[in-house]
Amino acid sequence: MDVITELTIFVLAAFVGFEVISKVPTTLHTPLMSQTNAIHGIVMLGGLIVVGYADDALEEIIGVIAIAFGTINIVGGFMVTDRMLGMFSRKPPKESGD
Amino acid sequence: MPLAVLEPGGDASTALYIVAFSMFIFGVRRGTHPTTAKQGNMIAAVGMAIAVATTLLLDGIGNWGLIIAGLVIGTAVGVVASIRVQMTQMPQMVALYNGVGGGAIALIAWAEIRHGIALGHEIPLDTLIPILLSTVIGSISFWGSNIAFAKLQDLIPTRPLAVPGQQVINALLLVGVLAACVSMAINNDDVSEPLFIGVLIAAALLGNLVVLPIGGADMPVVISLLNAFTGLAAASAGFALDNVALIVAGTLVGSSGTILTLEMATAMNRSVANILFAGFGGAPTGPAGDGEERPHTSVGAQDAAIKLAYADSVVIVPGYGLAVAQAQHAVKEMADALEKRGVRVDYAIHPVAGRMPGHMNVLLAEADVPYENLREMEDINPELPRTDVAVVIGANDVTNPAAKNDPDSPIAGMPIIEVSEAQQVIVIKRSLSPGFAGIDNDLFYLPNTDMLFADAKQAAAEIASEIGNL
Repeated sequence: MDVITELTIFVLAAFVGFEVISKVPTTLHTPLMSQTNAIHGIVMLGGLIVVGYADDALEEIIGVIAIAFGTINIVGGFMVTDRMLGMFSRKPPKESGD
Repeated sequence: MPLAVLEPGGDASTALYIVAFSMFIFGVRRGTHPTTAKQGNMIAAVGMAIAVATTLLLDGIGNWGLIIAGLVIGTAVGVVASIRVQMTQMPQMVALYNGVGGGAIALIAWAEIRHGIALGHEIPLDTLIPILLSTVIGSISFWGSNIAFAKLQDLIPTRPLAVPGQQVINALLLVGVLAACVSMAINNDDVSEPLFIGVLIAAALLGNLVVLPIGGADMPVVISLLNAFTGLAAASAGFALDNVALIVAGTLVGSSGTILTLEMATAMNRSVANILFAGFGGAPTGPAGDGEERPHTSVGAQDAAIKLAYADSVVIVPGYGLAVAQAQHAVKEMADALEKRGVRVDYAIHPVAGRMPGHMNVLLAEADVPYENLREMEDINPELPRTDVAVVIGANDVTNPAAKNDPDSPIAGMPIIEVSEAQQVIVIKRSLSPGFAGIDNDLFYLPNTDMLFADAKQAAAEIASEIGNL
């Protein structure tokens, strides 16, 4: 993929990101942060690729740490977000009128 | 045993990555309401599984022993951490996750550079520049986040720690990092690994030095900013690896962190630059008490209970002190006792009430407070003049009317929850001591304010039982 295509994707993604995220209410900002933590864990893909063509032991070690770090982000991030969001929804909203 | 079903950069793998990032965006979009957010999180997680599976099927993926080791270690740590962490510790956890992400990115960049050098021919600039960007931002994020974690976890003092000549050192480091990066870009046919490692270390120092002088009260801004940094570093890594999923996911996280950073700075009425470079938050300086005590009214739990029980509407204003005292459950009991008597109870949440954006909302949700009763500042302020009693628990600066009335106050212009407008105010606090801004709170001395000097948890529990006895 050429750089200009990638830049186009980047700019469009930034606009979409701002639109979508600005609609998230304050109440949910902490789960939003832990969820975005999980999403940036996608860098572990880089670790998977790097380990594949590692030239020496150092690169292998670097790659394994990167995979482990990214996986911590993904697994821990999505799980803790799920746990938090469960607290927001575990009780049915009370019908006390306005 | 390479599976090697998909060609890297081929249509099939790219299409799967597009599915994955669409699910991230859709998942975050579902996160705009508490009732759909859990489902949205699940959708994003499935998107991530697709992205990981796609990558594992790429041609050239190998070294399975190492891959499995990394996955197993990461999963084990992630599962245990997410189950064990307490809600009061969420800011630390998010700081740590930001750091881990940034660290992973910087490490991948290092491996990419080594690989490029080993191949022996020039590294094209459209790969090298993003690698260098993700190295610098990732390394700053890793070390900055670790310092933020250490401060939040009380491993190092939360007060601003500044080295003399700090600004000069930071500026020199930054210039040095940029110069080294430019030099590597010019000599891209023969990149020097020692120089690259120098950049990694200088960026690490920069991350430490920028966050060390920032005080505890400014942590919501710092955590959001580091979140944005890690996202941008990930997007940059996507450019280097030609991976659309990484570019979009990183940009999404970058946008989120940026929005939150700006919101937090607005809520404190300070610029991001001022927070990063002024070493202000948490500095207990200022003219706190000139030795003489100003007149105030103090009450006991029983009187407070009577006032609350005979009110029609009560607004509770929680602050970080409530979290420190672990008082959220006791406060919920107090609110329940009031609601049983037909009193309407709402919670007014200032954007920086906790140690990270939305932190207080999570703490109260944990105590089973329905989210409909968690009201935002702009939403509740117009109702306060009609509120019978406002109860301030563990909050200070965010209720100080000086922010509105005194243009000379250090917090002048900061948006506040206007509790002084309520008919009566009860402030539950250990003493009259000033908050993070280091200034006296005029609220405590108003004629309609009663001070209840006690631990937040104990006071709330006592009031709850007194209400029950009425």
